[in-house]
Amino acid sequence: MTYLAKPKLHHPTLPQNRVCRTRRDYEGKISTLCAGCGHDSISAAIIQACFEMDVEPHRVAKLSGIGCSSKTPDYFLGNSHGFNTVHGRMPSVLTGANLANRALLYLGVSGDGDSASIGIGQFAHVMRRGVNMVYIVENNGVYGLTKGQFSATADQGSASKKGVVNSDTPIDMASLALQLGASYVARGFSGDKKQLVPIIKAAIAHKGAAFIDVVSPCVAFNNHPGSTKSYDYVREHNEAVNRIDFIPRKEEIVVDYAEGQVIEVEQHDGTILLLRKLHREYDPHNRVMAMNYVAEHQAKGEVVTGLLFVDNSARDLHEHLNTVDAPINTLAAAELCPGAATLAKINQSLR
Amino acid sequence: MSAQLQPDAQPAPLAAVNDFVVKFANVNGSGSASANELFAKAILRMGVPVSPRNIFPSNIQGLPTWYEIRVTGAGYLGRRGGVDLMVAMNPQTWNQDLKEIEPGGYLFYDNSKPLPASRFRTDITVIGMPLTEICNATYSEARQRQLFKNIIYVGALSVLLDIDPGVIEKLFSEQYKGKEKLLESNFKALHLGRDYASQHLPKIGLRVEAGDGVGDRIFVDGNTAAAIGCVYGGATVCAWYPITPSSSLAEAFQKYCQKLRVDPVTGKNRYAIVQAEDEIASIGMVVGAGWNGARAFTTTSGPGVSLMTEFIGLAYMAEIPVTIINVQRGGPSTGMPTRTQQADLVSCAYASHGDTKHILLFPEDPHECFDQSAQAFDLADRLQTPVFVMTDLDIGMNQRLCAPFEWDETKEYDRGKVMTAEDLDSGRDFGRYLDVDGDGIPFRTWPGTHPSKGSFFTRGTTKDAYARYSEAGPDYVYNVQRLLKKLETAKSLVPQPVARNARAATRFGVIYFGSTSPAMSEALDALDAAEVHVDALRLRAFPFPDSVRQFIEAHDLVFVVEQNRDAQLRGMLINELEFSPDRLPAVLHYDGTPITARFITREIGDRVRAARKSS
Repeated sequence: MTYLAKPKLHHPTLPQNRVCRTRRDYEGKISTLCAGCGHDSISAAIIQACFEMDVEPHRVAKLSGIGCSSKTPDYFLGNSHGFNTVHGRMPSVLTGANLANRALLYLGVSGDGDSASIGIGQFAHVMRRGVNMVYIVENNGVYGLTKGQFSATADQGSASKKGVVNSDTPIDMASLALQLGASYVARGFSGDKKQLVPIIKAAIAHKGAAFIDVVSPCVAFNNHPGSTKSYDYVREHNEAVNRIDFIPRKEEIVVDYAEGQVIEVEQHDGTILLLRKLHREYDPHNRVMAMNYVAEHQAKGEVVTGLLFVDNSARDLHEHLNTVDAPINTLAAAELCPGAATLAKINQSLR
Repeated sequence: MSAQLQPDAQPAPLAAVNDFVVKFANVNGSGSASANELFAKAILRMGVPVSPRNIFPSNIQGLPTWYEIRVTGAGYLGRRGGVDLMVAMNPQTWNQDLKEIEPGGYLFYDNSKPLPASRFRTDITVIGMPLTEICNATYSEARQRQLFKNIIYVGALSVLLDIDPGVIEKLFSEQYKGKEKLLESNFKALHLGRDYASQHLPKIGLRVEAGDGVGDRIFVDGNTAAAIGCVYGGATVCAWYPITPSSSLAEAFQKYCQKLRVDPVTGKNRYAIVQAEDEIASIGMVVGAGWNGARAFTTTSGPGVSLMTEFIGLAYMAEIPVTIINVQRGGPSTGMPTRTQQADLVSCAYASHGDTKHILLFPEDPHECFDQSAQAFDLADRLQTPVFVMTDLDIGMNQRLCAPFEWDETKEYDRGKVMTAEDLDSGRDFGRYLDVDGDGIPFRTWPGTHPSKGSFFTRGTTKDAYARYSEAGPDYVYNVQRLLKKLETAKSLVPQPVARNARAATRFGVIYFGSTSPAMSEALDALDAAEVHVDALRLRAFPFPDSVRQFIEAHDLVFVVEQNRDAQLRGMLINELEFSPDRLPAVLHYDGTPITARFITREIGDRVRAARKSS
């Protein structure tokens, strides 16, 4: 992770969003990943989503683990605090940060090695707890930074660049998230930004554990024939269940759809997702159906993408813990320390 | 020279007032713990200091458990060693329990079933009482028979030892306030025991006499004390994973937060407690919360620290305030999970790969558990680094008589060097890892502070003073040298050692810390009385303040007393202060039982006498 600052030259006519920022204000340092890396497309999608959502960059905390994907938070949202934590342990650090200040937007970025191999335990528990966050796994089925070893999401029978065939069964992160109770589960493809940006935007608007599995080909080690995480393979086998048209609140819905093809999903904050159905029978409110659908299509070698599941009445960890509305890190000593008189009473109770 | 005892001569039955040891041998899960605690508290309420120790198995029901109570008018709260009155309620451990009784001591047992004479010793006084028979005759339910048997023996013992029944009744009234039925049945059981003892049992030589030796002291276990310290210290985030002997600390924190930290208007909590999936997640949450400006802690024991090690290195390197309370137990591995040791010093002081050093605090009793737990948050915030409170099972899980907790309301929390939006707007240069004050401590900002200034990327990798990734040697050296300087700064901020001089000038010294304290105080009195003069220094923290070096320099031979096999503190003194090992002889006790005054007195006494002879 070398340090390369981008020059701060803004074109004066660059459009501003409602918090008076241009798209450039959401960028970070210049990426040091390989040219063509899917992860850079995801960073670009995050930048676009945050810009279009009028997110104040400094109100975002971006956290990651270790690996190529975990380097990316340095390449977007340069005015946000970032934390490159420990391999596989981003979820716990994000949980603690979220407990300390519930008012920020938490963006966890991880990879398939980081989340499905070493970090599968923490991944599972952060989903169970319903930590309010956007958790993106940049999934390429391979360890890039250590040069091409299989990760736990690599499909059984897929071949590495060196020709080794993977014999282990794969872990499907989206299915796992569904089973573990994530209240927003989606899958995207780094090569389909049109689908990905609304998925990220809707995840930002979602209150609760939002998980996005983004298939993101590794151009250096996993983009060859025989790989099931290559650009070509995913393009050929992409099975999108729906497309989100994300509509910010209070805006008139002007898009015209044929009846029965669109579902309106109102989020906690009043925003509305317009979900264009690509499969008539697919119901994104049905967790069990989502799990079955993904499993059935996966068995056919298809990669199911789109918004797989959303529970718009989800409760987050702070609600479970009944914490005060104010960020806990702003509580003053007077609100925390019971004082000497109370201590005298405690002493009395211990005699 | 005392007259030689004839082989058959029996020692006289022990006689003592307010100075004896009673040990209860029970089966765990039988409800004995609360009855035994009642016994201890009754003596305490008579104004006589007691020091109880629960010696329990890693098990829920059916295995042997002991409760040892030292009655000590002189106020010696360490373990003395030896047992004067054994209350043998567990047939499984009969032989072992019998062996432990001092010659001339007493055995109290349930004689509902007769035992052959060969099962007893002849040099002790045996007192049998048909407890099971009485219970079976009085109660029909099995659980009642079991539970009230305990209260009945407390009643009988209260007669034997002259314990005021009024005090016990008052304790019952407090405990069963509003539960009249329970109160009545406990009264009944107590008097069943008392009546039988008055009518059938002989008086014994041990007696409790009301005194005024307790004063305003409180009776509390270290885990509860540390939990209250965390509440007072402003901890808002606790992430933990259950592990003996630290679990009751997190549970006590929860209990006191529910009482003291709920917003009276909204009913919402001014705290967040998460029982994590493991110790790695616990410390990860604490790191995340500390990074984000909350006072956060975890509580664990040795195996937990082993799992946390990688994160501790990150917190050291990235400079994040973290408080870890380590209630030490016997290691390594699962070791002796329900026994005590001071054996995590090295694993905590140098936790993580690479060059690391961490702050350790050593409380001697629950009072200091309270103080140091609260202070740990100030130190962690000020120094932006992990701080360990190194308590142990002996302090943590046993109720101990100690000075009442105190809180200075004029003192404010020290949140350390944190730049606000106003600071940043005023044009102050912000370098996250820049040593601006020469104390090694840089400024930090909390996430979300300012729209365009003060954000930085936190990482465990090397960086320059402005938190930019750097693999340049000079940047690395600057940072790790600054971390050392920070540790220098810490020396004057941590609790300073406590010195105690011998009655006469001496070239001998002793260094000790933590739960060894009460046994050491007693041993020092005994040594002074035997004209073995030793100056003492009780360490309360690592890194070692300069006074530790001065103390060692001022003595030719300094014993280092600790409760581990490898003399870990001694090793640290040798390494950190570069003293010759010859100058620091080790006195070690590590069988899992708390160190005793008798052990220390003998070890140091013998070695001082030997050193005197050879010089």
